[in-house]
Amino acid sequence: MQRRDFIQLSGLGIGGLLTANIPVMGSNVSSDYLSEMTSRHSGMDNAAKKRLADIALNAAKSKGATYTDVRIGRYLQQYLFTREKQVQNIVNAESYGMGIRVIANGTWGFAATSNVTPDAIAKCAETAVAIAKANAKLQSEPVQLAPQKGVGEVTWKTPIKKNAFEVPVQQKIDLLMKVNNAALDNGAAFVTSNLFFINEQKYFASTDGSYIDQDIHRIWPTFTISAVDRAAGKFKTRDALSSPMGMGYEYLDGLASEKIAAPNDLVGYRNSYDMLADATLGAKQVKEKLKAKTVQPGKYDLVLDPNHLGLTIHESVGHPTELDRVLGYEANYAGTSFATLDKWKSKSFNYGSKLVNIVADKTQPNTLGTVGYDDEGVPCKQWDLIKDGILVNYQAIRDQAAILGEKESNGCCYADNWDSVQFQRMPNVSLKAGTEKRSVFDMIKGVDKGIYIIGRGSYSIDQQRYNFQFGGQLFYEIKNGEIVGMLDDVAYQSNTQEFWNSCAQLCDQDDYRTFGSFFDGKGQPSQVSAVSHGSATTRFNGVNVINTGRKI
Amino acid sequence: MAILTREEAKKIIDKVLAYSKADETSVSLSGNRTGNIRYARNSVSTSGESDNIALAVTAVYGKKSGTATINEFDDASLEKTVRRAEEIAQLAPENPEYMPMLGPQTYLETKTYAESTAKINPEFRAQAAFDSIDPCRQKNLTAAGYMEDTTGFSSIGNSKGLFGYNRSTGVDFSITVRTADGLGSGYANPDVNDVTKLNTKATTQIAMQKAMASASARALEPGKYTVILEPTASVELLQNMMRSIDARSADEGRSFLSKKGGGTRLGEKLFDERVTIITDPQNPELPLAPFSGGGGGGGRGGGGGDSLGLPQEKRTWIENGVVKNMYYSRYWAEKKGVKPIPFASGFIMMGGTQSLADLIKSTDKGILVTRFWYIRAVDPQTQLYTGLTRDGTFYIENGQIKFPVKNFRFNESPVIMLNNVEALGKPVRAGGNLIPPMKIRDFTFTSLSDAV
Repeated sequence: MQRRDFIQLSGLGIGGLLTANIPVMGSNVSSDYLSEMTSRHSGMDNAAKKRLADIALNAAKSKGATYTDVRIGRYLQQYLFTREKQVQNIVNAESYGMGIRVIANGTWGFAATSNVTPDAIAKCAETAVAIAKANAKLQSEPVQLAPQKGVGEVTWKTPIKKNAFEVPVQQKIDLLMKVNNAALDNGAAFVTSNLFFINEQKYFASTDGSYIDQDIHRIWPTFTISAVDRAAGKFKTRDALSSPMGMGYEYLDGLASEKIAAPNDLVGYRNSYDMLADATLGAKQVKEKLKAKTVQPGKYDLVLDPNHLGLTIHESVGHPTELDRVLGYEANYAGTSFATLDKWKSKSFNYGSKLVNIVADKTQPNTLGTVGYDDEGVPCKQWDLIKDGILVNYQAIRDQAAILGEKESNGCCYADNWDSVQFQRMPNVSLKAGTEKRSVFDMIKGVDKGIYIIGRGSYSIDQQRYNFQFGGQLFYEIKNGEIVGMLDDVAYQSNTQEFWNSCAQLCDQDDYRTFGSFFDGKGQPSQVSAVSHGSATTRFNGVNVINTGRKI
Repeated sequence: MAILTREEAKKIIDKVLAYSKADETSVSLSGNRTGNIRYARNSVSTSGESDNIALAVTAVYGKKSGTATINEFDDASLEKTVRRAEEIAQLAPENPEYMPMLGPQTYLETKTYAESTAKINPEFRAQAAFDSIDPCRQKNLTAAGYMEDTTGFSSIGNSKGLFGYNRSTGVDFSITVRTADGLGSGYANPDVNDVTKLNTKATTQIAMQKAMASASARALEPGKYTVILEPTASVELLQNMMRSIDARSADEGRSFLSKKGGGTRLGEKLFDERVTIITDPQNPELPLAPFSGGGGGGGRGGGGGDSLGLPQEKRTWIENGVVKNMYYSRYWAEKKGVKPIPFASGFIMMGGTQSLADLIKSTDKGILVTRFWYIRAVDPQTQLYTGLTRDGTFYIENGQIKFPVKNFRFNESPVIMLNNVEALGKPVRAGGNLIPPMKIRDFTFTSLSDAV
């Protein structure tokens, strides 16, 4: 099958990933080739793809499959890695092939091939059916697939303005060198910066009568700036406050209209990121971190920035409401969930306070999880997970809908490559902004003893998603409605239900923006997915803060 | 096709090198066959097998390098790939840290390959899964497990005459068993090169025992406890620390091995004198690849790529608590005027002769930890990590396991942990390392978790 490599960066590698394994799928190609493939879109017209897909559908049916879906995928990736004044690595990779999934004898089977020719496709379909039949012997209940009416021949594209793959590599290197210089000129000892671009060109066909062509783009600019105090034997880092997005290169335009002002010269970035400005500010802040006061442990009211809260939402709401986890399919790896079916059935489980409204959404513009149709041909939509604080639904795909008594899938099935089998993956999961007018300045004014936390830091949560501990990039002490200075060694520990019930106040839609996770892992063998989490700045009362400073 | 012999691999590599026009060219040719079976809720959920072989060519002009990959091996494809690597190299930015390729090297013979593992087929995997699921079904327990087997080869060569070849096999098996009421959970995760050393039934029985014994756990106050860490628990903390003993970041002032005022802590005693950690590629329990790099990396690795082809030897990293060696990339070694030392995965922490049971017997009050989960770095400066216990945590009193306890969150540094050593048992294999069960005093648990 296909190569899947990992770029391993130890130590302080990449913003937000302390020890990073960056997956690279497929073969190395040139940047010119990538540019050509992304603009030509697959290099094959849809009529030709339909012909190949039909070969698979017919071959599987003739071998006894009662349902078949086919994905012809071309996955393009361009990753740039730099440190200080030099380019460390540029990855240009392409992965192309077909995955065939069938139901035979009431059991799933899957096979994939990089040889997308009629004979190989037919053989691959046959293998998928054979695997299904072999596994059927161990199966206790047949797969129940929620019906999905065929959508015919349709297309969907991420509405990008600038295709990142068409931007010359030199222009990207120039940007990263400017970013690194800005950090170094403002006092950073070291800096690494990265750009990640992904284009998924996916053609889906199923025996339901769907032929869906999609062209999906994602982007992630990030950096890590380090400051060192050799005399004191101390070092600190500050990661970029960007967010990975479902956008083109236009995300890097740095539009003033997308900047949200916050205290202490902080800037929130909505749908446009000013990497240079963030690096300049970041270098100043990381020096300040070296001298910041160590936190006094205890209870604090937390004011959490969207660029921080996104990860807390991801871990404490996104993962526990995945139905496959709830049912036990991930028990040996990611774990199960405290949000069990009985809690959902009770219609009275207080996941959070009345202010907490959390939606799953695969349609929100500019986000990582947004596509037209999921990887089993279901049109994407928005649905409630938590309404007025009550757990009301899960994330389910076609073979799980019946378990919830639902008649249709939520449309959140995804495979990270043509050679991996699609399964339930997290849609965008976001906290709705408040309806009362409120800025972050207003919110801080009301806090007597608190900490304002910005950025993604260390994060850890148990396998049923009760107990968690989160750090951040920047911590500011709030006393009597004012920010009084920077803090260090801060992490908060809480229990999911207790934490969301301590949600006391929300900023409004003007403060709302998304955070993202670009390489979220799940499954065995592990697959990645990308997902966004929106929120406005939010206040949580009386949360337990610990001091993480140690001497060795 | 996927597993080439030494001769077959050399023939292809020589052919590729004959096509090259660049200043320097290196070739990495590797292949593997990997199979897996996954189950949950006492049923198989997915199963598959794949073959993969790929060749990566890196061409270098001056300090500019480019890599191209291919998985077809006819003459035209090979030549085309060499030309493509050369084109990419000419367009690439200069790397000021580029190191010229190594000449011929001498490598140790290491026994990383077992024919028994190479022969694994779908029936074998199904049987292994059945042997694990069946005893659970019979006891009304729920099994979720995963077995992955890999047989592969890795070969490297370059235009300066270097050549290396190695074959290896490996099997990783993990099993989580839960009680029907979801109140108990147990786990085991052995890894082997030779599948005849793996028994999925016996392994599952350990997880079953832990699942049944861990139901109805009691809550203990968080705080500092004497703990007995099974190797499955300590492995990730130790691995994280061992990955961080890189000389460059220490010299740059951003490592736990950076010295106040500048320089590194090489030669300093940082741990209890019983702590000795080595790597030994020829250890029969933990054979390692004889050279650095290759193996599918294809020259893509972000840092440390200049170590490709450096021989792996027996090395002492920590001896009687003293830091003896750190990793040096070739670039950093040249800058510092020392010998390069490649990163080695798979370490051996020396221990004693006591078994896990012996360690429990000699404990007045303590906590037995099966496993840690969701370990994340909190502060790289002090190597502080957080995470939680999972799948079998027990209170020990007067040398006996008394009752299961609720899971804890910890905040602890392996550096502090290895200063608080009470006893070390006999090393066993865990996650591709050999690690003793350890008795550690004053291990810091900071909160309780309701998770099972």
